[in-house]
Amino acid sequence: MATAVRRKAAAESAELDRAKKLELYYYMRLTRSLEERLVNLYRQTKVVGGLFRSLGQEADAVGSAYALDRTKGDILSPLIRNLGSMLVQGASPLEIIRQYMAKGDSPTRGRELNIHYGDLVRGFVGQISQLGDMVPVMAGVTLSFKMRGQDRVGLVYVGDGATSTGAFHEGINFAAVQQCPLVVIVENNGYAYSTPLSKQTAARDLKDKAIGYGIPGEQADGNDVLATYAITKRAVDRARKGGGPTLIELITYRRKGHAEHDNQSYVPSGEIDRWEKENDPIDRYIAVLNADGVTSAELGAIDDRIRTEIDAATDEAEKSPMPEPTDALVGVYAEPSIVPPLWFREGIRSAVTAHERPASWGTHDG
Amino acid sequence: MAETTYLEAIREALFEEMERDPNVFCLGEDIGAYGGAFKVTDGLAARFGDARVIDTPISEAAIVGAAAGAAHMGMRPVCEMQFIDFISCGYDMLTNYVATARYRAMLGCPMVVRGPSGGYVRGGPFHSQNPEAAFLHTPGLKIVYPATASDAKGLLKSAIRDDDCVLYFEHKYLYRRIKEELPTGDHLVPIGKARVAREGKDVSIITYAATVWKSLEAAERLEKEDGLSVEVIDLRSLLPMDDEAIVATVKKTNRALIVHEDTRTGGVAGEITSRINELAFEWLDAPVLRITAADVPLPYSPPLEDYVLPQTADIIAGVRRLAQY
Repeated sequence: MATAVRRKAAAESAELDRAKKLELYYYMRLTRSLEERLVNLYRQTKVVGGLFRSLGQEADAVGSAYALDRTKGDILSPLIRNLGSMLVQGASPLEIIRQYMAKGDSPTRGRELNIHYGDLVRGFVGQISQLGDMVPVMAGVTLSFKMRGQDRVGLVYVGDGATSTGAFHEGINFAAVQQCPLVVIVENNGYAYSTPLSKQTAARDLKDKAIGYGIPGEQADGNDVLATYAITKRAVDRARKGGGPTLIELITYRRKGHAEHDNQSYVPSGEIDRWEKENDPIDRYIAVLNADGVTSAELGAIDDRIRTEIDAATDEAEKSPMPEPTDALVGVYAEPSIVPPLWFREGIRSAVTAHERPASWGTHDG
Repeated sequence: MAETTYLEAIREALFEEMERDPNVFCLGEDIGAYGGAFKVTDGLAARFGDARVIDTPISEAAIVGAAAGAAHMGMRPVCEMQFIDFISCGYDMLTNYVATARYRAMLGCPMVVRGPSGGYVRGGPFHSQNPEAAFLHTPGLKIVYPATASDAKGLLKSAIRDDDCVLYFEHKYLYRRIKEELPTGDHLVPIGKARVAREGKDVSIITYAATVWKSLEAAERLEKEDGLSVEVIDLRSLLPMDDEAIVATVKKTNRALIVHEDTRTGGVAGEITSRINELAFEWLDAPVLRITAADVPLPYSPPLEDYVLPQTADIIAGVRRLAQY
């Protein structure tokens, strides 16, 4: 990372007051602690599907989302490593735990997995698994902002892998032509599942992809939360002023596997340890805060608060009911709002009495 | 009152809905100043401006995806596929994103994807398709395919006002070949309701789109030549499908011929046959028969295309076989 870029980023983040800087810490720590709790629940087989971590990527998620203006109704679309971005927009630990436990009162009522959910009021749109698809969707969300003359901005996250998809290309090109108020963040964490960047693209830097779309392409250290905030804030401001989309590449590193089952056998030895010891985003930010005069006791108090919140959310989520089986037939269409049961299910509330929770989808030995 | 063509009826619906609701807008390739490959959107940009009649890059996935995003925010986009054959380029967006949005995320997608469909015009494999069956299998989408100018207008207006995504197939063979006097006022045709195109009592033809007209021609000839009374049901909507109308005609004639222009295997006719089997088996006096295209990509040269697509003579042969069964 060029020193000049860092210095500029540091200068722009100076506008964040002490309370806001501590809030950034809160969201990063909340992300990590909540995921650690989810790991416990996963090991207790209380998480139904896979568990996706963002360990080591908390700064890029939190810092970038923090650059949006929630009072203006800005909207983001997160990726699987953007739990932190969703928390910034107001997603709650209780919702997240209910989602992972497939509960009936989870935001998707048990229809979708993990952090795949959204809330337009709080400003996040639920992602789907087809990578890159959220870029055209967010182009459309921000096109509506432009058409209605609203003072709102959208932010969409993709990974290094999604830059290879057609949807990414079509969506960003569409947004550029229409000058939509959209910021596209490419989180370059080195791997798409097991595939390293070198097998994903021949491009030297992902920010260079912006050149082909005629939009600014920028790059920042994704493990520096203040740099991430500052570079995103610039792009958000540009978009709000009618300057169109910006592509931002945030350099980070995925310290866990694609999902919890992935043993990362494809990662060169020592690589994960090096990022953990030398480039942990929370450790780095604590050093910055300490240098600013924030004491360990202050941070400890935040950690305690987070622990209490997560404990309460866990207890609450455990009490939540599983969905009613027949709720599966509700809400495919606005009208008719319910699909009639198939003839062999008429009058039958539940097809099976014991719901098996397989140890895996069959991706590995259970 | 002047007669209106099928194509003009579609254009009228777009004008009226854009006039009525500022949230309605159009996006697609060459639909603005040029007015679209078939001139369906001719005059729209002049009236409503290019911010509401958007010429897009050649990006069907982005057209569908952006429409979905705008629809989430309360807009009512109408996407044009320049030829419906290109809808497959947006298949992922439609089936994975749009069709699931309400169910998984309670996100509405009030949008329409429309485009010129169908053959009999020597368009070859990529300008003649009828891709409805590929989407019939996707819960969350609605599908309409009008055969008349009146239904073309009324169904498009209903589709634009529907709170879910409606795929609106328009048959290019019918664009300028049929016309009629349209009902006045705010003409809406409900989605999911079939129409009896011709009353009859001996044999039922269940069909939609361009083959409605071939079926009507066949029915007329069968009446003259064989003294047969043939009922023709124009489904108009494929998803949801009007089971009541299908069952009613089967109960009336006890013989059903299903006719469609799309290929046979995995086609809409198989689904209709299955429903008749489930809902009205005891009323049948003969097996349900299908007249469809052959299972090949649609070829270009006239002798080839005419051989592959269902013709009036095929429908006549099918009805005769059922009548004699």
